[in-house]
Amino acid sequence: MDNRVVITGLGIYSCLGTTLDEVSQSLQEGKSGIIFDPARKEMGYRSALTGYVEEPDLKSELNRRQRVGLSEEAKYAYVSTKQALDQAGMDMDYLTNNEVGILFGNDSSARAVIEAIDVIREKKDTTLLGSGSIFQSMNCTVTMNLSTIFKLKGINFTISGACASGSHSIGIGYLLIKYGLQKAIVCGGAQEVNPYAFGSFDGIGAFSVREDEPTKASRPFDKSRDGLIPSGGGATVIIESLESAKARGANILGEVMGYGFSSNGEHISNPNKDGQVRSLNMALKQSGLDPKTIDYINAHATSTPVGDGYEAEAISEIFQGLNTPVSSTKSMTGHECWMAGASEIVYCMLMMRDGFIAPNINFKEPDESSSKLNIIAETKKTAINSFLSNSFGFGGTNSTLIIKKYQE
Amino acid sequence: MTQEEIISKINDFLVDEFEVDPADIQPDAPLQETLDLDSLDYVDLVVVIESNFGFKVKGEDFMEIKTFQDFYDYILVKVKEQA
Repeated sequence: MDNRVVITGLGIYSCLGTTLDEVSQSLQEGKSGIIFDPARKEMGYRSALTGYVEEPDLKSELNRRQRVGLSEEAKYAYVSTKQALDQAGMDMDYLTNNEVGILFGNDSSARAVIEAIDVIREKKDTTLLGSGSIFQSMNCTVTMNLSTIFKLKGINFTISGACASGSHSIGIGYLLIKYGLQKAIVCGGAQEVNPYAFGSFDGIGAFSVREDEPTKASRPFDKSRDGLIPSGGGATVIIESLESAKARGANILGEVMGYGFSSNGEHISNPNKDGQVRSLNMALKQSGLDPKTIDYINAHATSTPVGDGYEAEAISEIFQGLNTPVSSTKSMTGHECWMAGASEIVYCMLMMRDGFIAPNINFKEPDESSSKLNIIAETKKTAINSFLSNSFGFGGTNSTLIIKKYQE
Repeated sequence: MTQEEIISKINDFLVDEFEVDPADIQPDAPLQETLDLDSLDYVDLVVVIESNFGFKVKGEDFMEIKTFQDFYDYILVKVKEQA
């Protein structure tokens, strides 16, 4: 028989805060984490808007060898993972003596790569990169470093699925546990926030240029949206089999009910409705839940004119007539890209924990597509028993997760 | 730079880079064990020497360096050669 898969630990390090409570407070207040970064303007960015995340100083927590290989995003992921492991009650003794895996979404480590190339160009000597560069530069920088720091002995690799990476990491982890291949997995997503990371993304005109109003620039589903705002940090979701959680006496925070995935099979940057509908339907079918029992939809909606439109059409097709509440937390966080699919599960879990729906801030006027949705523009106090979270990425990769409050 | 100044500079960057107690750095103490150097750390030692003194140590040169005094002597000779 398949295993039930539950969530026992959460961690977050984002532009909305660096603890679960702080982030829950920001979500309830509808607080934006977006700023104007003058350095980007000097670098020739079309848009200097970004989520603001401070790089953590880990000198007091990790020794030199543990720190030198950490890229910016791996530092964020370390902090969120430490929080999540603490919440899950998995200490070093447990991790050393059990087979716990790690699957993280990450799709770049641009700053580390660029800084290394700068040194090579200047010094014409690769030894002078030092020993940390390789471990910071690889796409698997997060899983490589964290598996070493936390002595993890289970599955260990990084999932690169563009802006759906974090969501796929939880989805793939869910399948491995469901089918009995792993007992517990540290899942999550990480995203660097430095200016090197987003130059090419800015270059294709994807970002909002509403620079005079940074906190009002991300406006998913709003008629006047003009692009996304890059952001990042680290988010961790620890999942394990119900049997494992019960045996450990862990506090069960929620249950993963379904994971849907699909590929659009069309354009590299433009989404389509068909792929998203297939992903949503697959997740719903797997969950065994009727769409009318879904209390909240956390949309992928990034504030781009085209992307939000397709998602609104996909959601309205499946949830037609149900008036299901929808919001995009990217209105506050910006687009946390490789991390977003995991961070948004953390945000939703906080909503479920604290009984509210976070607002889709800056939503003033719908367009033709978004007028079909019940978009929550102001914080709504309400119990959430189950939610659905979408993540879509370049190349047409789609991921949908459905989580429910745990019941015996 | 005097010999004392060079040795002081070496001790400072070793303490800073390898996070050791300054009191553990003694001329006759073993370099590798005191700084807890593995093969990756030697790469970083090459980097800090280059950034502080402007020359690159060859990996094989470390074979002869056993104590901090050996290390000081090696650097002092190299610095003199550079002058």
